[in-house]
Amino acid sequence: MSTRTPHITGTYVFDTADNRRGWALNRLCGSLKDADNRVRFSADEGAYCEAYGLTAEQREAVLGRDWTRMLELGGSIFYVFKLAVLDQKSMQYLGGVFTGMTTEEFAQALEAGGRSFG
Amino acid sequence: MTWGLATSHVPSIGAAMDRGKTADPYWKPLFDGYAPAREWMARHTPDVAVVVYNDHANAVDLSVTPTFAIGAAASYEVADEGWGSRPVPTVVGAPEFSDHLVESLIDSSFDITVFQDLAVDHGLTVPLSVYCPDPGESWPCAVVPVLVNVIQYPQPTAARCLALGKALGEAIRSFPEDLKVAVFGTGGMSHQLAGARAGLINQDFDRMYLDAIEHDPEKLAALTREDYIREAGSEGIELIMWLIMRGALGPRIRRVHDAYHVPASNTAAGMVLFENLSPVSSERSATA
Repeated sequence: MSTRTPHITGTYVFDTADNRRGWALNRLCGSLKDADNRVRFSADEGAYCEAYGLTAEQREAVLGRDWTRMLELGGSIFYVFKLAVLDQKSMQYLGGVFTGMTTEEFAQALEAGGRSFG
Repeated sequence: MTWGLATSHVPSIGAAMDRGKTADPYWKPLFDGYAPAREWMARHTPDVAVVVYNDHANAVDLSVTPTFAIGAAASYEVADEGWGSRPVPTVVGAPEFSDHLVESLIDSSFDITVFQDLAVDHGLTVPLSVYCPDPGESWPCAVVPVLVNVIQYPQPTAARCLALGKALGEAIRSFPEDLKVAVFGTGGMSHQLAGARAGLINQDFDRMYLDAIEHDPEKLAALTREDYIREAGSEGIELIMWLIMRGALGPRIRRVHDAYHVPASNTAAGMVLFENLSPVSSERSATA
Protein backbone atom coordinates (compact mmCIF):
# COMPACT_ATOMS: atom_id res chain seq x y z
CA MET A 1 0.00 0.00 0.00
CA SER A 2 1.26 3.46 -0.81
CA THR A 3 2.80 5.19 2.18
CA ARG A 4 0.97 8.34 1.17
CA THR A 5 -2.53 6.89 1.40
CA PRO A 6 -4.11 8.26 4.59
CA HIS A 7 -4.50 5.69 7.36
CA ILE A 8 -7.45 6.34 9.61
CA THR A 9 -8.38 3.70 12.15
CA GLY A 10 -11.73 2.08 11.51
CA THR A 11 -12.01 2.69 7.79
CA TYR A 12 -10.59 1.56 4.46
CA VAL A 13 -9.15 4.00 1.96
CA PHE A 14 -9.31 2.19 -1.37
CA ASP A 15 -6.25 3.11 -3.44
CA THR A 16 -4.53 1.98 -6.63
CA ALA A 17 -2.62 -0.75 -4.76
CA ASP A 18 -5.89 -2.07 -3.31
CA ASN A 19 -7.28 -2.04 -6.84
CA ARG A 20 -4.55 -4.47 -7.94
CA ARG A 21 -4.88 -6.58 -4.78
CA GLY A 22 -8.66 -6.77 -5.00
CA TRP A 23 -8.84 -6.92 -8.79
CA ALA A 24 -10.41 -10.39 -9.19
CA LEU A 25 -12.72 -9.96 -6.20
CA ASN A 26 -14.01 -6.57 -7.35
CA ARG A 27 -14.44 -7.78 -10.92
CA LEU A 28 -16.52 -10.70 -9.70
CA CYS A 29 -18.69 -8.51 -7.48
CA GLY A 30 -19.05 -5.86 -10.20
CA SER A 31 -20.21 -8.46 -12.70
CA LEU A 32 -23.28 -9.10 -10.56
CA LYS A 33 -24.91 -5.92 -11.84
CA ASP A 34 -25.94 -8.00 -14.85
CA ALA A 35 -28.92 -10.30 -14.30
CA ASP A 36 -27.43 -13.17 -16.36
CA ASN A 37 -24.34 -13.16 -14.19
CA ARG A 38 -26.42 -13.23 -11.03
CA VAL A 39 -28.06 -16.43 -12.28
CA ARG A 40 -24.72 -17.99 -13.23
CA PHE A 41 -23.14 -17.07 -9.88
CA SER A 42 -26.04 -18.50 -7.89
CA ALA A 43 -26.00 -21.75 -9.92
CA ASP A 44 -22.38 -22.53 -8.97
CA GLU A 45 -20.59 -20.00 -6.79
CA GLY A 46 -17.36 -22.00 -6.66
CA ALA A 47 -17.07 -22.29 -10.41
CA TYR A 48 -17.83 -18.59 -10.77
CA CYS A 49 -15.01 -17.73 -8.34
CA GLU A 50 -12.73 -20.00 -10.35
CA ALA A 51 -13.64 -18.28 -13.60
CA TYR A 52 -12.80 -14.87 -12.11
CA GLY A 53 -9.43 -16.05 -10.78
CA LEU A 54 -10.00 -15.27 -7.12
CA THR A 55 -7.21 -16.10 -4.67
CA ALA A 56 -7.96 -18.88 -2.20
CA GLU A 57 -8.51 -16.28 0.54
CA GLN A 58 -10.84 -14.18 -1.60
CA ARG A 59 -12.79 -17.27 -2.63
CA GLU A 60 -13.21 -18.34 0.99
CA ALA A 61 -14.37 -14.85 1.96
CA VAL A 62 -16.91 -14.73 -0.88
CA LEU A 63 -18.30 -18.22 -0.30
CA GLY A 64 -18.44 -17.60 3.46
CA ARG A 65 -19.85 -14.08 3.04
CA ASP A 66 -17.11 -12.71 5.26
CA TRP A 67 -17.77 -9.05 4.44
CA THR A 68 -14.98 -7.61 6.58
CA ARG A 69 -12.44 -10.05 5.15
CA MET A 70 -13.47 -9.08 1.61
CA LEU A 71 -12.60 -5.45 2.39
CA GLU A 72 -9.29 -6.49 3.95
CA LEU A 73 -8.44 -8.41 0.77
CA GLY A 74 -8.81 -5.35 -1.45
CA GLY A 75 -12.58 -5.23 -1.90
CA SER A 76 -14.18 -1.84 -2.53
CA ILE A 77 -17.43 -1.34 -0.60
CA PHE A 78 -19.24 -0.28 -3.79
CA TYR A 79 -18.31 -3.60 -5.42
CA VAL A 80 -18.75 -5.85 -2.39
CA PHE A 81 -22.18 -4.31 -1.89
CA LYS A 82 -23.36 -5.85 -5.16
CA LEU A 83 -22.86 -9.32 -3.64
CA ALA A 84 -24.85 -8.21 -0.60
CA VAL A 85 -27.64 -6.97 -2.89
CA LEU A 86 -27.72 -10.39 -4.57
CA ASP A 87 -28.24 -11.85 -1.07
CA GLN A 88 -30.99 -9.27 -0.52
CA LYS A 89 -28.97 -7.65 2.25
CA SER A 90 -29.06 -3.90 2.80
CA MET A 91 -26.23 -1.44 3.44
CA GLN A 92 -27.62 -1.15 6.97
CA TYR A 93 -27.17 -4.91 7.36
CA LEU A 94 -23.51 -4.48 6.33
CA GLY A 95 -23.17 -1.54 8.71
CA GLY A 96 -24.28 -3.86 11.50
CA VAL A 97 -21.80 -6.56 10.47
CA PHE A 98 -18.91 -4.08 10.39
CA THR A 99 -19.73 -2.72 13.83
CA GLY A 100 -20.81 -5.88 15.63
CA MET A 101 -24.45 -4.91 15.80
CA THR A 102 -27.68 -6.36 14.50
CA THR A 103 -29.25 -4.52 11.58
CA GLU A 104 -31.90 -3.18 13.96
CA GLU A 105 -29.31 -1.93 16.45
CA PHE A 106 -27.34 -0.24 13.68
CA ALA A 107 -30.46 1.41 12.24
CA GLN A 108 -31.40 2.58 15.75
CA ALA A 109 -27.94 4.09 16.25
CA LEU A 110 -28.39 6.09 13.02
CA GLU A 111 -31.90 7.20 13.96
CA ALA A 112 -30.51 8.37 17.30
CA GLY A 113 -28.15 10.72 15.46
CA GLY A 114 -25.48 8.36 14.20
CA ARG A 115 -22.19 7.14 15.60
CA SER A 116 -19.52 9.62 16.58
CA PHE A 117 -15.78 9.27 17.02
CA GLY A 118 -13.23 11.45 18.73
CA MET B 1 -26.30 30.39 -15.11
CA THR B 2 -29.44 30.45 -13.04
CA TRP B 3 -28.88 28.33 -9.95
CA GLY B 4 -26.72 25.75 -8.20
CA LEU B 5 -27.92 22.82 -6.13
CA ALA B 6 -25.81 20.74 -3.74
CA THR B 7 -27.42 17.53 -2.56
CA SER B 8 -26.73 14.04 -1.24
CA HIS B 9 -27.42 11.22 -3.67
CA VAL B 10 -28.05 8.29 -1.30
CA PRO B 11 -29.77 5.48 -3.31
CA SER B 12 -32.40 4.90 -0.63
CA ILE B 13 -33.68 8.48 -1.16
CA GLY B 14 -34.49 7.47 -4.74
CA ALA B 15 -35.94 4.15 -3.59
CA ALA B 16 -38.20 5.95 -1.12
CA MET B 17 -39.62 8.04 -4.00
CA ASP B 18 -39.88 5.08 -6.38
CA ARG B 19 -41.79 3.03 -3.77
CA GLY B 20 -44.11 5.82 -2.65
CA LYS B 21 -42.67 5.97 0.87
CA THR B 22 -42.00 9.70 1.08
CA ALA B 23 -44.82 10.22 3.60
CA ASP B 24 -43.63 7.41 5.90
CA PRO B 25 -42.47 8.69 9.30
CA TYR B 26 -38.85 7.70 8.50
CA TRP B 27 -38.71 9.72 5.27
CA LYS B 28 -41.23 12.54 5.73
CA PRO B 29 -38.87 14.98 7.54
CA LEU B 30 -36.30 14.65 4.76
CA PHE B 31 -38.76 15.27 1.93
CA ASP B 32 -40.51 18.07 3.85
CA GLY B 33 -37.08 19.70 4.01
CA TYR B 34 -36.76 19.59 0.24
CA ALA B 35 -40.20 21.11 -0.45
CA PRO B 36 -39.40 24.87 -0.51
CA ALA B 37 -36.35 24.30 -2.74
CA ARG B 38 -38.38 22.15 -5.11
CA GLU B 39 -41.09 24.78 -5.38
CA TRP B 40 -38.52 27.43 -6.25
CA MET B 41 -36.70 25.24 -8.77
CA ALA B 42 -40.00 24.28 -10.45
CA ARG B 43 -40.46 28.01 -11.18
CA HIS B 44 -36.90 28.32 -12.52
CA THR B 45 -36.54 25.46 -14.99
CA PRO B 46 -33.14 25.41 -16.70
CA ASP B 47 -32.55 24.31 -20.29
CA VAL B 48 -29.60 22.20 -19.20
CA ALA B 49 -28.48 20.80 -15.85
CA VAL B 50 -24.76 20.08 -15.47
CA VAL B 51 -24.73 17.29 -12.87
CA VAL B 52 -21.42 16.67 -11.10
CA TYR B 53 -21.46 13.15 -9.63
CA ASN B 54 -19.60 9.86 -9.29
CA ASP B 55 -20.41 6.45 -10.71
CA HIS B 56 -20.75 3.56 -8.22
CA ALA B 57 -19.34 0.53 -10.04
CA ASN B 58 -22.06 0.61 -12.68
CA ALA B 59 -20.90 2.36 -15.85
CA VAL B 60 -17.24 2.75 -14.91
CA ASP B 61 -15.27 -0.23 -13.60
CA LEU B 62 -11.88 -0.36 -11.94
CA SER B 63 -9.97 -1.01 -15.17
CA VAL B 64 -9.96 2.74 -15.95
CA THR B 65 -10.41 5.52 -13.38
CA PRO B 66 -10.88 8.91 -15.03
CA THR B 67 -10.26 11.71 -12.53
CA PHE B 68 -12.60 14.11 -14.37
CA ALA B 69 -14.90 13.13 -17.24
CA ILE B 70 -17.80 14.64 -19.18
CA GLY B 71 -20.62 12.85 -21.00
CA ALA B 72 -21.05 14.07 -24.58
CA ALA B 73 -23.85 11.74 -25.72
CA ALA B 74 -27.33 12.52 -26.99
CA SER B 75 -28.87 10.33 -24.28
CA TYR B 76 -27.90 8.24 -21.25
CA GLU B 77 -29.61 5.01 -20.21
CA VAL B 78 -30.51 4.54 -16.54
CA ALA B 79 -28.15 1.86 -15.13
CA ASP B 80 -29.14 -1.48 -13.61
CA GLU B 81 -27.17 -1.38 -10.35
CA GLY B 82 -27.87 -4.98 -9.37
CA TRP B 83 -31.45 -4.45 -8.27
CA GLY B 84 -32.88 -3.32 -11.64
CA SER B 85 -33.02 0.15 -13.18
CA ARG B 86 -34.87 2.94 -11.38
CA PRO B 87 -38.27 3.60 -12.98
CA VAL B 88 -37.30 7.09 -14.16
CA PRO B 89 -37.04 8.55 -17.68
CA THR B 90 -33.99 8.14 -19.89
CA VAL B 91 -31.69 11.12 -19.46
CA VAL B 92 -31.48 13.36 -22.54
CA GLY B 93 -28.10 14.95 -23.21
CA ALA B 94 -26.96 18.24 -24.72
CA PRO B 95 -24.12 17.04 -26.97
CA GLU B 96 -23.15 20.37 -28.55
CA PHE B 97 -23.03 22.00 -25.13
CA SER B 98 -20.93 19.05 -23.88
CA ASP B 99 -18.53 19.51 -26.80
CA HIS B 100 -18.16 23.16 -25.90
CA LEU B 101 -17.49 22.40 -22.23
CA VAL B 102 -14.88 19.75 -23.10
CA GLU B 103 -13.05 22.06 -25.49
CA SER B 104 -13.18 25.03 -23.16
CA LEU B 105 -12.02 23.03 -20.12
CA ILE B 106 -9.16 21.34 -21.95
CA ASP B 107 -8.10 24.77 -23.22
CA SER B 108 -8.09 25.79 -19.54
CA SER B 109 -5.66 22.91 -18.79
CA PHE B 110 -8.24 20.53 -17.27
CA ASP B 111 -7.58 17.22 -19.03
CA ILE B 112 -11.08 15.86 -19.35
CA THR B 113 -12.00 12.27 -20.30
CA VAL B 114 -15.00 12.11 -22.68
CA PHE B 115 -17.79 9.52 -22.47
CA GLN B 116 -19.93 8.83 -25.54
CA ASP B 117 -21.55 5.72 -24.02
CA LEU B 118 -22.54 6.14 -20.41
CA ALA B 119 -25.26 4.55 -18.29
CA VAL B 120 -26.10 6.86 -15.38
CA ASP B 121 -26.63 5.47 -11.89
CA HIS B 122 -28.21 6.77 -8.69
CA GLY B 123 -25.39 9.29 -8.32
CA LEU B 124 -27.01 11.26 -11.14
CA THR B 125 -30.67 10.16 -11.08
CA VAL B 126 -31.28 10.71 -7.36
CA PRO B 127 -30.24 14.40 -7.55
CA LEU B 128 -32.52 14.79 -10.58
CA SER B 129 -35.33 13.34 -8.46
CA VAL B 130 -34.45 15.67 -5.58
CA TYR B 131 -34.95 18.51 -8.09
CA CYS B 132 -37.98 17.05 -9.86
CA PRO B 133 -39.83 14.27 -8.01
CA ASP B 134 -42.50 13.62 -10.66
CA PRO B 135 -40.91 13.97 -14.11
CA GLY B 136 -43.60 12.01 -15.96
CA GLU B 137 -42.42 10.86 -19.38
CA SER B 138 -39.26 12.99 -19.48
CA TRP B 139 -37.03 15.10 -17.25
CA PRO B 140 -37.70 18.86 -17.46
CA CYS B 141 -34.23 19.66 -18.82
CA ALA B 142 -31.33 18.18 -20.74
CA VAL B 143 -28.37 16.95 -18.71
CA VAL B 144 -24.59 17.03 -19.04
CA PRO B 145 -22.96 14.49 -16.69
CA VAL B 146 -19.63 15.51 -15.14
CA LEU B 147 -17.94 12.56 -13.43
CA VAL B 148 -15.38 12.80 -10.66
CA ASN B 149 -13.30 9.97 -9.23
CA VAL B 150 -14.04 9.90 -5.53
CA ILE B 151 -13.90 6.10 -5.11
CA GLN B 152 -10.17 5.41 -5.62
CA TYR B 153 -7.35 7.25 -3.84
CA PRO B 154 -5.89 9.63 -4.90
CA GLN B 155 -9.00 11.61 -5.65
CA PRO B 156 -8.58 15.13 -7.08
CA THR B 157 -7.87 17.63 -4.32
CA ALA B 158 -10.65 19.83 -3.04
CA ALA B 159 -8.71 22.86 -4.30
CA ARG B 160 -8.57 21.37 -7.80
CA CYS B 161 -12.32 20.78 -7.70
CA LEU B 162 -13.01 24.43 -6.81
CA ALA B 163 -10.68 25.51 -9.62
CA LEU B 164 -12.44 23.16 -12.04
CA GLY B 165 -15.74 24.70 -10.98
CA LYS B 166 -14.45 28.20 -11.80
CA ALA B 167 -13.28 27.03 -15.22
CA LEU B 168 -16.61 25.26 -15.74
CA GLY B 169 -18.44 28.48 -14.95
CA GLU B 170 -16.39 30.36 -17.54
CA ALA B 171 -17.01 27.58 -20.05
CA ILE B 172 -20.77 27.72 -19.44
CA ARG B 173 -20.87 31.51 -19.78
CA SER B 174 -18.89 31.47 -23.01
CA PHE B 175 -21.34 29.17 -24.84
CA PRO B 176 -22.59 31.24 -27.77
CA GLU B 177 -26.25 30.21 -27.46
CA ASP B 178 -28.45 31.74 -24.79
CA LEU B 179 -29.08 28.76 -22.50
CA LYS B 180 -30.33 28.72 -18.93
CA VAL B 181 -27.99 26.41 -17.03
CA ALA B 182 -28.15 24.94 -13.54
CA VAL B 183 -25.22 23.14 -11.91
CA PHE B 184 -25.62 20.27 -9.42
CA GLY B 185 -22.91 19.22 -6.99
CA THR B 186 -23.83 15.86 -5.48
CA GLY B 187 -22.76 13.34 -2.83
CA GLY B 188 -21.96 13.37 0.90
CA MET B 189 -22.62 14.42 3.67
CA SER B 190 -21.41 12.32 6.70
CA HIS B 191 -20.87 9.11 4.83
CA GLN B 192 -19.00 6.11 6.21
CA LEU B 193 -20.14 2.79 4.80
CA ALA B 194 -17.41 0.27 5.68
CA GLY B 195 -15.29 -0.69 8.67
CA ALA B 196 -15.58 -0.13 12.39
CA ARG B 197 -16.43 3.56 11.80
CA ALA B 198 -19.52 2.63 9.74
CA GLY B 199 -22.42 4.93 10.52
CA LEU B 200 -20.20 7.89 11.42
CA ILE B 201 -22.24 11.08 11.61
CA ASN B 202 -20.42 14.37 12.23
CA GLN B 203 -23.14 17.00 12.39
CA ASP B 204 -20.73 19.76 13.41
CA PHE B 205 -18.66 19.24 10.27
CA ASP B 206 -21.72 18.90 8.05
CA ARG B 207 -23.26 22.13 9.36
CA MET B 208 -19.94 23.95 9.02
CA TYR B 209 -19.81 22.74 5.41
CA LEU B 210 -23.37 23.82 4.65
CA ASP B 211 -22.48 27.31 5.88
CA ALA B 212 -18.99 27.61 4.35
CA ILE B 213 -20.03 26.38 0.91
CA GLU B 214 -21.83 29.74 0.64
CA HIS B 215 -19.53 32.11 2.54
CA ASP B 216 -16.04 30.60 2.43
CA PRO B 217 -15.54 27.88 -0.19
CA GLU B 218 -11.78 28.55 -0.12
CA LYS B 219 -11.72 27.20 3.44
CA LEU B 220 -13.28 23.95 2.21
CA ALA B 221 -10.88 23.83 -0.75
CA ALA B 222 -7.95 23.99 1.70
CA LEU B 223 -8.98 20.75 3.45
CA THR B 224 -6.93 17.65 2.64
CA ARG B 225 -8.27 14.27 1.58
CA GLU B 226 -7.40 13.03 5.04
CA ASP B 227 -9.45 15.86 6.58
CA TYR B 228 -12.49 14.86 4.51
CA ILE B 229 -12.12 11.15 5.30
CA ARG B 230 -11.57 11.73 9.00
CA GLU B 231 -14.35 14.30 9.46
CA ALA B 232 -16.99 13.19 6.96
CA GLY B 233 -16.15 9.50 6.44
CA SER B 234 -14.37 7.68 3.66
CA GLU B 235 -17.34 8.27 1.32
CA GLY B 236 -17.84 11.76 2.75
CA ILE B 237 -14.99 12.83 0.48
CA GLU B 238 -17.77 13.06 -2.12
CA LEU B 239 -18.30 16.55 -0.71
CA ILE B 240 -15.45 17.79 -2.91
CA MET B 241 -17.98 17.62 -5.77
CA TRP B 242 -20.04 20.38 -4.11
CA LEU B 243 -17.06 22.68 -4.65
CA ILE B 244 -17.26 22.23 -8.42
CA MET B 245 -20.83 23.53 -8.35
CA ARG B 246 -19.85 26.36 -6.03
CA GLY B 247 -16.92 27.40 -8.21
CA ALA B 248 -19.14 27.48 -11.29
CA LEU B 249 -21.51 30.06 -9.78
CA GLY B 250 -20.69 33.73 -10.18
CA PRO B 251 -19.32 35.84 -7.33
CA ARG B 252 -22.78 37.01 -6.19
CA ILE B 253 -25.18 34.32 -4.99
CA ARG B 254 -28.21 34.06 -2.72
CA ARG B 255 -29.09 31.06 -0.56
CA VAL B 256 -32.64 30.10 -1.48
CA HIS B 257 -33.03 27.16 0.89
CA ASP B 258 -31.15 24.46 2.75
CA ALA B 259 -32.04 21.24 4.54
CA TYR B 260 -30.21 18.71 6.68
CA HIS B 261 -31.45 15.41 7.99
CA VAL B 262 -30.14 12.35 9.85
CA PRO B 263 -30.42 9.57 8.90
CA ALA B 264 -30.86 8.63 5.27
CA SER B 265 -30.02 4.93 5.53
CA ASN B 266 -26.38 4.89 6.80
CA THR B 267 -25.61 8.58 6.25
CA ALA B 268 -26.64 12.18 6.76
CA ALA B 269 -28.43 13.96 3.90
CA GLY B 270 -27.87 17.62 3.12
CA MET B 271 -28.96 20.03 0.43
CA VAL B 272 -28.47 23.69 -0.30
CA LEU B 273 -29.83 25.74 -3.19
CA PHE B 274 -28.22 28.96 -4.45
CA GLU B 275 -29.61 31.49 -6.89
CA ASN B 276 -26.94 33.04 -9.09
CA LEU B 277 -27.23 36.84 -8.89
CA SER B 278 -24.19 37.77 -10.94
CA PRO B 279 -25.34 39.60 -14.06
CA VAL B 280 -24.81 37.43 -17.11
CA SER B 281 -23.87 40.27 -19.43
CA SER B 282 -21.04 41.66 -17.31
CA GLU B 283 -19.65 38.15 -16.74
CA ARG B 284 -19.65 37.56 -20.47
CA SER B 285 -17.74 40.73 -21.14
CA ALA B 286 -15.37 40.00 -18.26
CA THR B 287 -14.43 36.62 -19.64
CA ALA B 288 -14.49 37.52 -23.32
